[in-house]
Amino acid sequence: MRDRLIYLDNAAATRLDERVLEAMKPYLFEIYAVATSEFGYSLGIEARDALEAARKTIADALGAAAEEVIFTSGDTESSNLALKGVAAALGEKKGRHIVTTRIEDFPVLYSARALEKQGFQVTYLPVGPDGRLDPDRLAEALRPETILVSIQAANQEIGTLQDLPALARVAKERGVLFHTDATHSFLRVPLDVREVPVDLVTLSAHTLHGPRGIGALYIRKGTPLVRQMDGGFQEFNLRAGLENIPGAVGFAEAVRLVTPEENQRLRAMRDRLVEGLLQVPHSRLNGHPTLRLPQNANISFRFVEGESILLHLDMRGIAVSTGSACFSRSLEASHVILGIGGNHEQAHGSVRFTFGRFNTEDEVDVVVREVADVVENLRKISPLGKE
Amino acid sequence: MPLPYSEKVMEHFRNPRNVGRIEDADAKAVEGSPACGDMVAVYLKIDEKTHRIEDIKFESYGCASNIATGSIITELAKGKTIEEAEKITWKEASEALGGLPPLKTHCSVLAVDGLRAAIENYKERHGLIKERVPTTEEVVRKRLKRVMNPMVGLDLVRTKLVRDIRIEDGVVTVEVDLPEDHQFANNIREEIVEKVEPLWDVRQVIVRFVG
Repeated sequence: MRDRLIYLDNAAATRLDERVLEAMKPYLFEIYAVATSEFGYSLGIEARDALEAARKTIADALGAAAEEVIFTSGDTESSNLALKGVAAALGEKKGRHIVTTRIEDFPVLYSARALEKQGFQVTYLPVGPDGRLDPDRLAEALRPETILVSIQAANQEIGTLQDLPALARVAKERGVLFHTDATHSFLRVPLDVREVPVDLVTLSAHTLHGPRGIGALYIRKGTPLVRQMDGGFQEFNLRAGLENIPGAVGFAEAVRLVTPEENQRLRAMRDRLVEGLLQVPHSRLNGHPTLRLPQNANISFRFVEGESILLHLDMRGIAVSTGSACFSRSLEASHVILGIGGNHEQAHGSVRFTFGRFNTEDEVDVVVREVADVVENLRKISPLGKE
Repeated sequence: MPLPYSEKVMEHFRNPRNVGRIEDADAKAVEGSPACGDMVAVYLKIDEKTHRIEDIKFESYGCASNIATGSIITELAKGKTIEEAEKITWKEASEALGGLPPLKTHCSVLAVDGLRAAIENYKERHGLIKERVPTTEEVVRKRLKRVMNPMVGLDLVRTKLVRDIRIEDGVVTVEVDLPEDHQFANNIREEIVEKVEPLWDVRQVIVRFVG
C-alpha cells in the first residue's frame, strides 16, 4: 500500500529528495567535524566552508547578504526568535505592542501569546473572507509603542498570499520592524529582500523536500535582536548550539533544486484538482481564488466531516489534512477557517491538499474520483442536505 | 493500520450498521448541531404494547468515532425495551467498540444522547413521562456527567472539575476548575451549554473558568 500512497500533505512535511541526501552524506560520514575558526584543523575548516556556502545559497535565494542569514532548527524556532528576540531588544527601549493576524501559524501565534503573558500587548488583525489583510487596517493598528509587525507571506491552510510589499512598506514608513513567516511560500512565490522591506523572514527546509530540523531566519543588517538560546557564539552570536552542518548543506541543496518549471507544474496539478473537486455539489474553495500558493488547495464539502473524509481517503491510499475540530488536538475548529469568517460547519468539512515534487498528474485524477466518491458515501449517512 | 482507533471502531466506521432514516418513525431525535460540530439523528420504531425497539436507524454528520458509536448503539438497542435501552451508557458503547480514544469521547457521546433523547421523546408523546421537575443542582450535575473532560475521557463531575453550580431565575452558572485559557476551555464551555440549556426551565447558561 505504501508504494501506491498518494501524498497530498506536503505543507506538513515533504519526502526528502534523494539528491539532498546525497549532498548531506559527506557531512555525516567524512566531514563531521564542528565548524572551527580559520585557525583550526582542516576537517573543521572544510565543515565551516560548507556551512558558509550553504548560508550563501539561502541568502542568494532571498537577495540577502550571507551574514544576514542564521540557521535554526526550523520555522518554529525562527519565528520564536524573531518575536521574542525583538521583544527583548525593544520592549524596554521603545514599547510593548506587537501587531499580527488572526490566521498566523502556531509558532507566531503562540509566541505572541507568550509575550502577552509577559505584559506585551498584541493586536490580532482580522483578515477578509479570502484571507487577505488590508494594508490600511495594518496602518490603523500601528501605535507609537509598536515594535514589531508579524504577518505571514502565505497561509499554511488556505494558501492565501499577503500583499507583503504593501504591508512591509506600511511598517517601514512608521519605523516599525516587520517579520514574515515565509515557511510555505519560500521559493514557491518570489521574495527579494532588496525590494520588499522586510526585516525578519522565517524559513524552513521541511516544506521543500529538504531535511527535518533545519530552518533559517533572515535578519536584516542592524535589526535589534536578543538571542533566545544561550551557549556558544555560533551563528553570529545569535543562536548558540553546534551547527547542524549536514542539515544546512541539505537545506541549500533543497533550495537549488526548486525551479520555476516545478512551480508551474505544481500550479497545473493544483488547478486541475480544484476544477475537478468543485464539480462535487456543495463544495467551495477556501482562500483567495488566484492569490494563493501554487501548491495549495483547500476545499470545504458541506454536510460531511473532515476526519471521516481523511480516514476513508487513507484507506484508499491518499493522505490529506483537515481543519475539522475532530482532527485537532484542542478539539477546536481551524482558527484559519474561523478567521476568514467561516463557521464551524465550513471548518468541519474542510480538506487541505498540498502538492509536492513527487506528485503526478495521474494522481490528481485518482484523487478527484476518490474524494468525490467518499464525500458522496458520507453524505448518504448524513442527516443534513437531504431536503 | 497505525491508527488510534481499535479494529472494531474502524470496522463500524467502514461499514456502519442501521444507517438511514425511518420515514414513519415512532420517535426521533437529533443531537448536536452543525454550528458546534458533530451531529447524530436517531430514528426508532417501537412496539406500542411491549415497548420493544423493533427497528432503529441513525444518521451521522461526524467523525469516525461518532459514526462508529452511532452504529454500535443501534446494534445494542435493537430488540431491547425502551426501559432497557435508555440505560445503555457511553461506557458500554465504548467497550463494545473495544475502547475509544479519550479525546474522542465528546464526539461519541452524542449517539448515546441521541438514543436517550429519542426514547424520552417517545415517552413524552405517549404519556409515559412523569411530571416535569424543576431544575435543581442535582439535575444539572447529572447533565454535566455527560460532558467529557477531553484530557482523560471521563466526565467533568468524576474528574472533579465542577467547582460550583448555581441556579437563579432560570440562569444556571457553572464554575469549572480550569483556567480561562486552557486548551479545552472553549470546547468544554460549548458542551456544557449544549447539555444544560435544553432543560425546560433554563433560560441561560453561564460557564466560568475559575482555575
